[in-house]
Amino acid sequence: MRSGPCFVGVDSGSWNTKAALIDAEGRLLATAMARTGADVQAAAERVVHDLLELGSVARSEVTALWTTGFGRHAIPGAANSRTELDAHARGALQYVSGPLTVIDIGGQDAKIIAVDADGRRTSHKMNRKCAAGTGSFLEEMALRLDVPIGGLPALAAASQEEIELGSFCTVFTGTEVLGLIRQGKRPADLARAAYRSVVKRVLEMERVEGTVVATGGVVSHHPLVVELLEQAIGGRVIVPQYAQEIGAVGVAHAARAAAAAGLGTGA
Amino acid sequence: MATTDRPSRSPETTFRSSARLKELMAAHFTGLDRAAREKSAPVAWCTSVGPVELLRALGFEVFFPENHGALLGASRVAGEVMGRAHALGYSPDICSYLTSDIGSYLARKTPLSRYGLSGAPRPDLLLYSTNQCREVRDWFEFYGREWNLPVVGVTSFRDLGEVEDSHVDAITRQLEGLIPALEAVAGRRLDAAALEAAVGRSRTCSDLWRDCLDSSASRPAPLSFFDATIQMGPAVVLRGTAEACDYYQLLKAELAERLAASGATPRQRFRLYWDGMPIWGRLRDLASLFAGLETSVVASTYCNSWVFDALDPRDPLRSMARASLELFIARSEGPKQRYLERMAREFQVDGLVFHDARTCPNNSNVRFGLAQRLRRTSHLPVLVLDGDLNDLRCFSDEQARTNIEAFIEQLEDAGPAAAGGGRP
Repeated sequence: MRSGPCFVGVDSGSWNTKAALIDAEGRLLATAMARTGADVQAAAERVVHDLLELGSVARSEVTALWTTGFGRHAIPGAANSRTELDAHARGALQYVSGPLTVIDIGGQDAKIIAVDADGRRTSHKMNRKCAAGTGSFLEEMALRLDVPIGGLPALAAASQEEIELGSFCTVFTGTEVLGLIRQGKRPADLARAAYRSVVKRVLEMERVEGTVVATGGVVSHHPLVVELLEQAIGGRVIVPQYAQEIGAVGVAHAARAAAAAGLGTGA
Repeated sequence: MATTDRPSRSPETTFRSSARLKELMAAHFTGLDRAAREKSAPVAWCTSVGPVELLRALGFEVFFPENHGALLGASRVAGEVMGRAHALGYSPDICSYLTSDIGSYLARKTPLSRYGLSGAPRPDLLLYSTNQCREVRDWFEFYGREWNLPVVGVTSFRDLGEVEDSHVDAITRQLEGLIPALEAVAGRRLDAAALEAAVGRSRTCSDLWRDCLDSSASRPAPLSFFDATIQMGPAVVLRGTAEACDYYQLLKAELAERLAASGATPRQRFRLYWDGMPIWGRLRDLASLFAGLETSVVASTYCNSWVFDALDPRDPLRSMARASLELFIARSEGPKQRYLERMAREFQVDGLVFHDARTCPNNSNVRFGLAQRLRRTSHLPVLVLDGDLNDLRCFSDEQARTNIEAFIEQLEDAGPAAAGGGRP
């Protein structure tokens, strides 16, 4: 049973646009997702339409719609926006209290966000201008291994040999993989090596401390990344429900918090 | 140290003095061009923190290729021309000032055309100091080979902890050793009084420039880092001249007026420090972004690099040697950390921004853990921006924007500053 007015968060990501609907008590009512494609605004409109339908909420019942993600400044009707760093931290805090480290692996970038015991961000690091350590890297590797991206987890699950991919660069790694295929290495082992490479690149960005929360599309669809992260850091990695939509959840909570604090909704 | 004729961005960037600045810079370039074409005075190229006072005392007109590099970056001509240098074997991973400038020469395309120049003025001699990096020497040697010209200079110490007398002695001897070569090109003997006067003017310029920069220790800051990168032009290209001193008297007076009328300055919720090179091709965009976030970048390592406290006309050569070694860029991590801690304190900043410039390792101070150490010792948040001085292929607008906005959100959430007044 929902309570009072609702808040919508939209995460306009490089691959997917995600949306979350929460009520005045902060309860998650619905989430929705659609490919972003070339038209950021149309994707946002589509996903919000689906979200409200799923949540059985009329537009007039939405107090505020806030945005995050790379397209956050381009969404019509948005009352305000927060960066992905802020939104992911807020989203993670709905499930886990600080101090914590959020590792977000998206389609085009990876982020490491440190949050203190009071739930305040203390630092963040984004990947350099390079696809290594992101979903794009896995797409490229799937292409090289001649499987659809959705087939990469099953392929890697059949791995029997650990292989190290040494290149920093996605293009060079692609070439390296082709060379290893020519040497007779098995695609399954190379698929697992690609996942290990993502984990290695991400953990090179920044020191990871406290409770570790992993979010983003990559951890949602490629559970081996989480397993390898846990092996690398020697501890548990929490993957919250709606890990891919966590930015949308976070920015919806930002809108709700602003309204609750009497700061206005930005509308 | 670029000058642009673009309209100013906001009220805080409209300086009355800028009209004089434009005149000075135009006169500098046209004067150099005339001297090179008419042979009315010897022309030298000098590195930006090189021993320019020797050249002034010998009557040289002096061109600073790094200033040209900055102009190439700010005008975004760099991206069009640097590939010409890469094709000659000058890697995209080395200084993009160097590759921009050599590319500009090869492509015969330069922003100096706005002053009527078809290219950088051809020198009679090139004088470097490697106190900032090795690239400057390689850069000058390209032209030395190209034009069969003498390339002379100082091979300096790098990564110095404390500047010892033995270091100063060694550089002083190198400076003394340069004099015969400079005299031969100038066609005259070095006059001791002329050198003392040049060093004296450089010191005065340095003091005045520092006064201007220090004015931003006040709240609100009247001079942002982005404006200072433009206003520093005379401190770079006219160091050792009376014109530079006169200009900074003018600017200092205007800044004092601004301080007295601080209500006219736009709101500054947060104060930041910038370490590393400017991103010349995005100077205006970044200035607008920070201004939109009601944040002022109040101080920087870069603009303070033309403050030379050691210069002393009573002991010209030795003080030049010491000044060249005391520079931030020539120092090891310890002095660099202490310097940044002091600046953060004096300018009461809320955070530090480090620019990790892909092609300028010597001006990128995050590569040996300094940012993390500062975060611990100063208890200030730190942001690292990946980019470059001139090569915009190494810079992501979207990622930089997100990084900066996220940093400001972090400051907003951090404490008292979120209330709107900044820290006392």
